Amino acid sequence: MEYLSLFVKSIFVDNMIFAYFLGMCSYLAVSKNVKTANGLGLAVIFVLLCTLPLNYLLDTYVLKPGALAWLGESFADVDLSFLSFIIFIAVIAAFVQLVEMIVEKFLPALYSSLGIFLPLIAVNCAILGGSLFMQQKDFANVGESAVYALGSGFGWYLAIVALAAIREKLAYSHVPAPLKGIGITFITVGLMGMAFMIFMGITL
Amino acid sequence: MANLKETFLSPILKGNPITVLVLGICSSLAVTVELKGALVMALSVTAVTALSSLVCSLLRNTIPSRVRIIVQLVVVAMMVILVDQLLKAFEATYAIDKSLSVYIGLIITNCIVMGRIEAYALGNKPLPSLVDGFANGLGYGLILVIVAFVRELLGSGTLFGFQVIPQFCYDLGYVNNGLVILPPFALIFIGCIIWIHRSFDKDLQEK
Repeated sequence: MEYLSLFVKSIFVDNMIFAYFLGMCSYLAVSKNVKTANGLGLAVIFVLLCTLPLNYLLDTYVLKPGALAWLGESFADVDLSFLSFIIFIAVIAAFVQLVEMIVEKFLPALYSSLGIFLPLIAVNCAILGGSLFMQQKDFANVGESAVYALGSGFGWYLAIVALAAIREKLAYSHVPAPLKGIGITFITVGLMGMAFMIFMGITL
Repeated sequence: MANLKETFLSPILKGNPITVLVLGICSSLAVTVELKGALVMALSVTAVTALSSLVCSLLRNTIPSRVRIIVQLVVVAMMVILVDQLLKAFEATYAIDKSLSVYIGLIITNCIVMGRIEAYALGNKPLPSLVDGFANGLGYGLILVIVAFVRELLGSGTLFGFQVIPQFCYDLGYVNNGLVILPPFALIFIGCIIWIHRSFDKDLQEK
C-alpha cells in the first residue's frame, strides 16, 4: 500500500515537470509531435528506473556519512557526501551511453528523430534531479527508490505526451506573431501546471 | 577588442539564454519565489558557466570528441562541487535556504553550461570563452532577477525579505496574490517576457 501511495504521489503530486520544473529544456524542445515525445518519454522512464536505484545503493553504502561502516571500524566516520554529484552524474552518463547504443541498433528511426536530445538525456535535469531528491527524501530501501523512479518517470512521460498533443493542435491556431512557438508553449505549460495543482495534498 | 564586447553583450539581450535559446529553464523557475534565492542562483550559475567554459576551452585540443560529454560533465561537476561547498560554508551566515542545495546540484545539468561549452568554448580561445560563459550567466541571471522581483513583490509584498508594501495598503483591503507564488505563474510570466521581447525584436519571431 505504501508503494502504491508513493507511486501515485510521485506521478501527480510531485510531478517532475509541473511541481519542480525538472527536465524543462528537452521537454519544451522535443514536444512538437506526439511520436517523438513518446520515444523520449519512454527513454527517460528507462534511464530513471535504472539509475535511481543504483544511485540509491551507492549513496547508502558509499557516500552517506558513515556509509562505509561495513568496511570496518576505521571507516565508520568517513563522509564522502560531497562526491555525490560527480558519482551520480557519472552513473547517469554511462547509462545514457548504453541507451543510446541500444536505440541506435534496434530503433534507427527513433534514433534519428530524437537526434541530439538522446545524448542530452544525460544532462536532463529530471534524471539527476530524481537522484538528488532521492537523497533528500531518505528512502528506507531500494524498492521505494525504484517505485519513486518509475512514478516520476511516468509523470514526466505523461506531461510530455500531453504537451505534444496540445502543440500539434496549437499549430493550426491563430497565435499573435511574437507569441508563436516558444512563448505560447510556456503559457500552455503554465496552464497545465495549474490544472495539475488540484492533485496537491492528496494522500492515499 | 570590439569582438570581445560583442561576445559580452549579445547573450544578455539578443541571444539571451532563457528567452531566445530556451536553455536552462529547468532549475531557474523554481528558485524565483524570492529575490535572495534567485540572486544566489544567478551568481552560482555565472561562476560555473564562466569557469567551466574557460577550462573546457583550455582543454579543447586535448579532449577526444567521442568522450567529450563525459569530460565536460566532470569539469562542470567539479565547479559545481566547489560552489556548493562554498555556499555550505556561508549558509548559516547569510541564511541561505537549504532547499536551494538541490538546485545548485542541478547546475551540472543546466543546459546553459553544457550548451555554451558545446557551442562556443570547444571552438574558441580561452579568453573569449570566459567572456561568453560569464555573459551567458549574466543574461540568465537578469531574467531570474526580473522574475523573482515580480514574484516576491506581488506574492509576498517583500523584497529580499523586507516588507515593501506598507501596512495601510493591507488595511485598505490589499491582498497578496497567492497565484504568483505557485510554480505555474513563473512559466506564464516568462512566456510574457518572451512575448514582449519578441514584439520589440521582430527577427526573433517564429514563423
